Amino acid sequence: MNIINEMRIDFLACPENESFARMVISAFILPLNPTLEQLGDVKTSVSEAVTNAIIHGYGNAGGTVRMKAQMDDSGELTVDVIDNGCGIVDIQKARTPFFSSTDESERSGMGFTVMESFMDEVMVFSEKGLGTTVRMRKLIDAHEDAVAQHA
Amino acid sequence: MLTHERQRATVEIKLTGELDHNYANQIRPQLDDLISDPTIKRLVFDLDELHFMDSSGIGMIIGRYKLMARRGGRVAVRCGNRQIDRIFEMAGLYQIIEKLA
Ligand SMILES: Nc1ncnc2c1ncn2[C@@H]1O[C@H](COP(=O)(O)OP(=O)(O)OP(=O)(O)O)[C@@H](O)[C@H]1O
Ligand SMILES: [Mg+2]
Repeated sequence: MNIINEMRIDFLACPENESFARMVISAFILPLNPTLEQLGDVKTSVSEAVTNAIIHGYGNAGGTVRMKAQMDDSGELTVDVIDNGCGIVDIQKARTPFFSSTDESERSGMGFTVMESFMDEVMVFSEKGLGTTVRMRKLIDAHEDAVAQHA
Repeated sequence: MLTHERQRATVEIKLTGELDHNYANQIRPQLDDLISDPTIKRLVFDLDELHFMDSSGIGMIIGRYKLMARRGGRVAVRCGNRQIDRIFEMAGLYQIIEKLA
């Protein structure tokens, strides 16, 4: 498998950058000719991971979120969302549907469940006090109803 | 954008654009103000023109559901976007909230 494109951005962990991250990942995958559904799946999953970094990783107190993405010639997309925040002690518990560590600001505990069902693979690497990396993969294969053909 | 309409005991809220954590934070005070009158017993979310929503939207809607349930009121959702509908299904939202066509 050969890597055909790669990118990396760092941005401030503030809520305004949730939509920014979605726009960046959309622009990055558009050349792969995703369907509207695939585009929506990736945008939603990135939004979940970035929001988690901002709210949970950094506790709404700023910091830097890094997003890295890569695509290979088979059409597989890999996205990493990385924070240097508080880390996750029990990853398995964190990934359980409806589990949320905070009842402040109305979290439903569905973020990881959404990522898992919209992406092909979700990996979480985390260490307490050091931060968290969420790695997501999805095959973006071209379909007849691809976005580019709607345009 | 948020627009609203009141008819007797019903308030209908129409949301357009993208409902994420940032937007949910922005509209929450206005939303709660619009339904603060305890004689309001039914809250309808019209999401037909919402283009994006993540789990922050679920949290926001469940939050309003709890508020309405406390006064014996109900919440309904109208949603034409398949992606958003899938998220509602996933979260079991339609078990507590009416789905409108
Ligand atoms: N980047 C992170 N850093 C630290 N903790 C995290 C991070 N991401 C997730 N978590 C932990 O995992 C839990 C579950 O995350 P998930 O996204 O599934 O739910 P939530 O964010 O609590 O609610 P929702 O996403 O539905 O608004 C969080 O409550 C938090 O404790
Ligand atoms: Mg979350």
